Amino acid sequence: MSQLELKALQIRHVGPVDLTVSGGTITCVSGESGSGKSILLRAIADMLPHAGDVCLDEQCANTTSPPLWRRQVGLLPAETEWWYETVEEHFTDKDDELLSKMGFAAKTWHWTVSDCSTGERQRLGILRCLSNKPRALLLDEPTASLDPENISRVEQLILEYVKNNKVPVIWVSHSREQIQRIAGVHYKMKDGKLVKQ
Amino acid sequence: MSGGVIPLGLLDLSIAATLVIILAILTWRLQLGMSRSVLIAGLRTVVQLLLLGLLLEYLFASSHPLLIGFLALVMLVVAGREVMARQQRPFSGTWGYGLGTLSMFISSFTITIFALNIIISPQPWYLPQYAIPLLGMMLGNTMTGVALTLDNLTRSAWQQRDIIEQRLMLGQDWRTAICDVSRDSLRTGLIPIINSMAAAGIISIPGMMTGQILGGSSPWDAAKYQILIMFMITAGTGFAAVLASWLGTRRLFDERQRLRLDRLAPKRTD
Repeated sequence: MSQLELKALQIRHVGPVDLTVSGGTITCVSGESGSGKSILLRAIADMLPHAGDVCLDEQCANTTSPPLWRRQVGLLPAETEWWYETVEEHFTDKDDELLSKMGFAAKTWHWTVSDCSTGERQRLGILRCLSNKPRALLLDEPTASLDPENISRVEQLILEYVKNNKVPVIWVSHSREQIQRIAGVHYKMKDGKLVKQ
Repeated sequence: MSGGVIPLGLLDLSIAATLVIILAILTWRLQLGMSRSVLIAGLRTVVQLLLLGLLLEYLFASSHPLLIGFLALVMLVVAGREVMARQQRPFSGTWGYGLGTLSMFISSFTITIFALNIIISPQPWYLPQYAIPLLGMMLGNTMTGVALTLDNLTRSAWQQRDIIEQRLMLGQDWRTAICDVSRDSLRTGLIPIINSMAAAGIISIPGMMTGQILGGSSPWDAAKYQILIMFMITAGTGFAAVLASWLGTRRLFDERQRLRLDRLAPKRTD
């Protein structure tokens, strides 16, 4: 069980944001595009210059080596990127069970990434993010490009990971139904501030 | 130098210039939008080389070390500007100019001074007949290598920024996250000089050897000098490109290993 704590986090027009997400709970963030949701997630993963700090229990971003910090706060971008030819080359830990829960057969490891659809890449990206065993999750519209069947598959898989590992989650979503299904707390990003709904 | 050179007159040069003017007219008719550049570059060649000729005549007569040092510095400054001008997205601020110039300076000056003192050993070692043409050839080639390397590095980093950041997000360190980009940029910078070593003597008679033969040297001596120069140029270009790629890659990331493309100047539109 770990707790994610944003301490006066500020990036350009976004923030300062103070927020605590406890382990095993999902905090949803919605808001117009350009309101700063993605920027906030990127700053938590220390991908952008920012003021303030983020802590995972006792460990804080500003005093942790960046690669280690980023492995622990799994940031899933809205669009995942792939640079090797095959799927498996992008994974250090190939978990067949997780793969099948995501609706893929074992031969998927040998697929050529450029042949995958946007939705397939999205689901594989989620697997790749989880295979790092992050202690917190920062998800930027993880189901945006998926059909209803896969949306519920992905939700289930992530909820299971969250429950089993008691990780805190910040989940950016545009879908009111999804937010109702999964969110413990729901904030709307407005003028760079988080407003509780 | 025995044999001597057949001197060229104004008429001879004018005839050669006519060829370039015909080329400019041709590019204009083909609507390549390059005729201006061809003419301006041609004009620059005339002015710059005549000035250089005059300057060297004077310099060879005086051989004052300070004067030679000053000329070397001017050559470096101009080469540095050229490196920056050849990049689509150079680093902004002093880094844009400093990075390429520093890499060229360290590499070309070290190797030229090394070759003059250890290998060729003219008396004194800075004898301008040797020092200035050697340094010129070093800088000219190093410039191409550094410019290609840096241009490729910053352009690819820009194009592949999403991939680099994705790799950072997954916990790779900055060196690993950008390794494909920096390796490719270095390769791009080194290819021309490797090609010219491989082609030397078969496909092309290198410029310096041609010059020495026209100037009356024995082809055998000219070949040995050309080999020396080729090796110096290759080493100089290689070391400078490695240094530029290394410094440039570092500069693309900050102390928290974030990709900082905001450190690049806005894209040039020409």
